[in-house]
Amino acid sequence: MMPGIATFADAVLAAPLPLAAINWHSFFFVLFAALACGFAVAVVAAENVVRMALYLVLSLGATAGLFFLAGAEFVGAMQLMIYVGGTLVLLVFGVMLTAQAPFVSIKGSGRDKVVAGVVGAVLLAVLLQAALSVKAWRAPAAGVVADPAATPIGMALVGVRVDEPGVGAPARNVRPGYLLPFEIVSIHLLVVLVGAAYLARAKRRKIPRAIDVAASAEPPASVAEHAAIGRDRQRSGSVLAGGR
Amino acid sequence: MTLGLAVATPVFGLITQPVSVAHYLVVGAIMFVCGIVCMAMKRNALGVLMGIELVLNGANVNFVAFASPYLQGEGSRSLGLDGQVIALFVILLAAAEAAVALAITLNFYNNHATVDVDRADDLKG
Repeated sequence: MMPGIATFADAVLAAPLPLAAINWHSFFFVLFAALACGFAVAVVAAENVVRMALYLVLSLGATAGLFFLAGAEFVGAMQLMIYVGGTLVLLVFGVMLTAQAPFVSIKGSGRDKVVAGVVGAVLLAVLLQAALSVKAWRAPAAGVVADPAATPIGMALVGVRVDEPGVGAPARNVRPGYLLPFEIVSIHLLVVLVGAAYLARAKRRKIPRAIDVAASAEPPASVAEHAAIGRDRQRSGSVLAGGR
Repeated sequence: MTLGLAVATPVFGLITQPVSVAHYLVVGAIMFVCGIVCMAMKRNALGVLMGIELVLNGANVNFVAFASPYLQGEGSRSLGLDGQVIALFVILLAAAEAAVALAITLNFYNNHATVDVDRADDLKG
C-alpha cells in the first residue's frame, strides 16, 4: 500500500506544472462525480436502511454539485431544496416509522444478488457503449463564459422566452414557453397532496376503544362486550398511533 | 511505480482536460444502473423507493448535461432551456411519487406489520 501511495505522490509531483495544468472545472467535476457514483454504489451495497438513506442524501447532494458545474444553477438549487430538503425528510421519516428491529436490514438471497449484479453489469456495459459511441458528445467543451441567471427559466415557466433558441427551436421572436406543463404539474401536485393525505389519514374506528368506553359515563353492559372490544383491538393489528 | 502511474495518469488526464457531455452520461449511467440493481435487489420497500430516486436522478443528470451550453463542443448547440425544465419537472414528479409511495408503504406497514415487499402478495392469483 505504502509504495503505491509514494509513487502516486511522485507521479503527481513529477508532472510538469502540476497545479497550473489542472482544469479546476474538471477537477470539481471528477470530485462530485466520484462522490455521486460512490455513494450510489454504497446505497446498493448497504444492508441497513438508515445508512442507505444517509448515502442517498450524500449522492443526491453531490449530483446537485454536478448540476451547478453544468450551468444549471436553478435546477441544482431545486435539487438541494426538494430532494435533500423534502423528499429525503419524507424518506427518513418513513424509515423511522417502520424501523422495527427485524426490518432495519432485510437480507436478500445470494442468488438474487448474483443475478442482479450480472444484469446490472450488462446494462452498464450497454449504456456506457451508447454514451461513448457518439463523437459529438465526446467533443471537449468550447469554454463558454458562464452567465448564471435564473431569469430565463423563470420567465419560460410563465410563458415568455428570453433565452437563446436551442436545437430545432424556431428562430421567431415568439416561442412557446412552458406555461401549460407548469399548470399541469401544479394540478398534479395538488392531486398528489390530496391523495397522499387520503391514503395516510387516520382511520376512524367503528367500535370505540376500551379506554374510551371506560372514560364514558355509561359502563359497558356486560363482560361479553368487554371481551369483544379486546378481541377487536387484537385483530386490527394497528401498530402506528395514527392507524386507529 | 507502475501501479502508481497506472492510477495517476488517467486521473491526471481527467482533471487537465475539459469535460464533455460524455463524462456526464457516464455518471448518469452509473447512477441509473445502481438504481435498477437497488430496485431489483432490496426487499425493504423503502430501499426500492430509494432505487427509484436514483434512477430518476441518473436520468436528470443526462437532461442537464444535454441542456448545458458550457459542455458542448465547437459547432454543436445544446438542448437549451428544454432540458433544464424537464429536469425540474422530473424532480417535482419524483417528490410527488415519493409522497404517495410512502403513504402506500405506511398503509402496508399498518396492515401487515412489515415492509418486506415479498410479503405483499395479497393480490396474487
